[in-house]
Amino acid sequence: MPLYYDDDQTMLAETASQFMAEEGSIKKQLRHWRDRNCKDGFGHGLWQQFAEMGFTGMLVGEDDGGLGMGQVEAGIVLEEIGRNLTPSPFLSSSVLAATALKHGSADVKGRWLPGLIAGEKVYAVAIDEGPKHRPERIACKAERSGNGFRLSGKKDFVVYGASSEMIVVAARTSGSEADSDGVTLFAVPQDAAGMSHDSVRLVDSSMASHVTFDGVELDGDAVIGEVDGGREILDAVLRAGRVGAAAEGVGVARGAMDMTVDYIKQRKQFGRLIGEFQALQHRAAHLYSEVEIARAVTVKAAQLLDAGDEKADLMASVAKAKVAKAAGLAVREGVQMHGGIGMTDEYDIGLYMKRDRALQEFLGDQYYHANRVAEMSGY
Amino acid sequence: MMSDSDLETFRAETRAWLEATCPPEMREPVETEDDVYWGGRNATFKNDAQKAWFEACRDKGYTVPSWPREYGGAGLSPAEAKVLREEMSRINARSPLHSFGIWMLGPALLHFGTHEQKLRFLNEIARGEIRWCQGYSEPGSGSDLVSLQTFGEDKGDHWVVNGQKIWTSYADKADWIFCLVRTDKGDKYQGITFMLFDMASPGVSTKPILLISGSSPFCETFFDDVKVPKFYAENVPAQAGEVNRGWDVAKYLLGHERSMIAETGGNDRAVSLGSMLSRNIAPDPVLRAELAQFDVDALAFTAMTEKFMDEAKSGKGHPAQPNMFKYAGTELNKRRLELVMAAGGSAALEWESEATAGGKSARDWLRTKANSIEGGTSEVMLNVVAKRILDLPGA
Repeated sequence: MPLYYDDDQTMLAETASQFMAEEGSIKKQLRHWRDRNCKDGFGHGLWQQFAEMGFTGMLVGEDDGGLGMGQVEAGIVLEEIGRNLTPSPFLSSSVLAATALKHGSADVKGRWLPGLIAGEKVYAVAIDEGPKHRPERIACKAERSGNGFRLSGKKDFVVYGASSEMIVVAARTSGSEADSDGVTLFAVPQDAAGMSHDSVRLVDSSMASHVTFDGVELDGDAVIGEVDGGREILDAVLRAGRVGAAAEGVGVARGAMDMTVDYIKQRKQFGRLIGEFQALQHRAAHLYSEVEIARAVTVKAAQLLDAGDEKADLMASVAKAKVAKAAGLAVREGVQMHGGIGMTDEYDIGLYMKRDRALQEFLGDQYYHANRVAEMSGY
Repeated sequence: MMSDSDLETFRAETRAWLEATCPPEMREPVETEDDVYWGGRNATFKNDAQKAWFEACRDKGYTVPSWPREYGGAGLSPAEAKVLREEMSRINARSPLHSFGIWMLGPALLHFGTHEQKLRFLNEIARGEIRWCQGYSEPGSGSDLVSLQTFGEDKGDHWVVNGQKIWTSYADKADWIFCLVRTDKGDKYQGITFMLFDMASPGVSTKPILLISGSSPFCETFFDDVKVPKFYAENVPAQAGEVNRGWDVAKYLLGHERSMIAETGGNDRAVSLGSMLSRNIAPDPVLRAELAQFDVDALAFTAMTEKFMDEAKSGKGHPAQPNMFKYAGTELNKRRLELVMAAGGSAALEWESEATAGGKSARDWLRTKANSIEGGTSEVMLNVVAKRILDLPGA
């Protein structure tokens, strides 16, 4: 398979690009909801439009009413989300939660998938316990209780958690915190008694919850997959989410880079366009190079994931780490090259810097993933 | 276009052919210079395995798999050529023939040559019969190549060439040279001819340049009244492209050269550097972290390489993309050898010992410093990217 989009993917990219630029723009979405101090942090109307475009269920199998597309296609949509800083539950609902639900029983799928595909419902995933991503350790506990389970513990960085009709929760059903086995995934409905959200606004104006489970009673049919068999599903969810987050990061990087390159072609100082100065030209060209590489490895990781290749896991971490480096560079150079106005709220470049920071932390930052690459490589 | 199942059949056949044909010795990493076969009039094989592997590939057209059959290739489609590359890299098969003819002159002739030129020169290249070198840089014309002064005086049916080239790779071992020669002093860009001539011609001499790595892959090349005929046969002119339009050929070719240099060390990048050096790095977490960061960049670059090649084969890439590719690949390679030296410690300092295969690490480390200079410096690459891809203003 060549490492560029095929005809269908190219068409999807054109559609998504146009749609997101028109409907998901910074002005129409991010600034609009932010300036109204929206409690959701995203617009439900746009989520409906995502459904009409076929985006919400693109990773859901055709038998389950979705489009049965792959990670490459999801990445195409995410890159446009990133480029436009579109606040959207797409990554958490249509990539992470949808990947988890793929492993669910017919009942679980039947209960949750139609609402997602229709754009009526939004889902979140609860993995992190603490300020850094460390999914190898799961302490949150689900103990047997009657025919079901009783869930206790805390989760952090649950993006759009308070607005979600359901949260996929990774909890421990046996063993101890550091064990790989003994993890189970649960689909916890919004109205579950004993679940509370401390919803906080993040630097990028998105919303995330600290979620507390205080003896939440769950039916047995809340289990996704097998009891104690959640680690494998969680790993699949993480792979999909990381490659998806990388694709969104590529969009952030390209958006920031394009905006910056355009700016230095217009801004004059010392009687010249500042883009004529070699000091800036070389930095811009280096940035271009880094972003191109980040994009290549992100598409590669998505292709490997879609092909079920054993290298997908390694390349997912490579992609997440590489994109973090490239996007970080893009937003830092972006603000610096804009000069003073780069520091103002009026200009969009600062919004890219904020979004990048949040995306860096989501599902593991560059240090986490570089370390993971080292470990997977045996050192 | 081939269907997926045809391609899978081709993959199975290729795999079987490679299994049956590629000797085990030819699946070992290249250690010394004579592990690489360059062909040419004076070529010798290091061993029977090298000979057998080269000859098998030559007979199947696999020294130049995607060239047309009539010119010595196997006529593979881009998709088939990729499958062959993948299958060869799967068993770590060595390249059967290294050649500037394959990497550089060949692509230029395929694009600019006459049919008769291709029949002669491409077949000679594909069969490893003639070893070529490239005469580009001059002492006063490095990054500013177009200022070159080597002059070919028009004498009717031939030119008389005088001047000097520098950094001519393996000029002392080459049979023929493709060479940029000024044929019109009045026009900077449209006054250069891309000439092809025999290094055995009277008046050609070479002098190896000793580098900081202790080796001499480059030469100074002198032309003292060298007579170059304008035609070698009917429809076999001594220049590629038209007379005085050699700069077009040179620019076209620079893209290939830059891609080639960028790929230096390419096969190594798929293998984690940290895992190869792990013995020495355990007590040093900061070095380990540097290696991990390097491995992220190197593995990411393998995807860039694949994308670059796929796009080049299908004509999708930006024409200036080789400049970005060369910049990133060479800077990465320099970083790699810095880390090899750091992880190697004092053992990597040894210059001649048997244990270090004659100071391989140290010599490789020094050699890589040329990667970001030869074929266009990193600074020139960034200039080109800034102007041609990002469309930034200014001269």
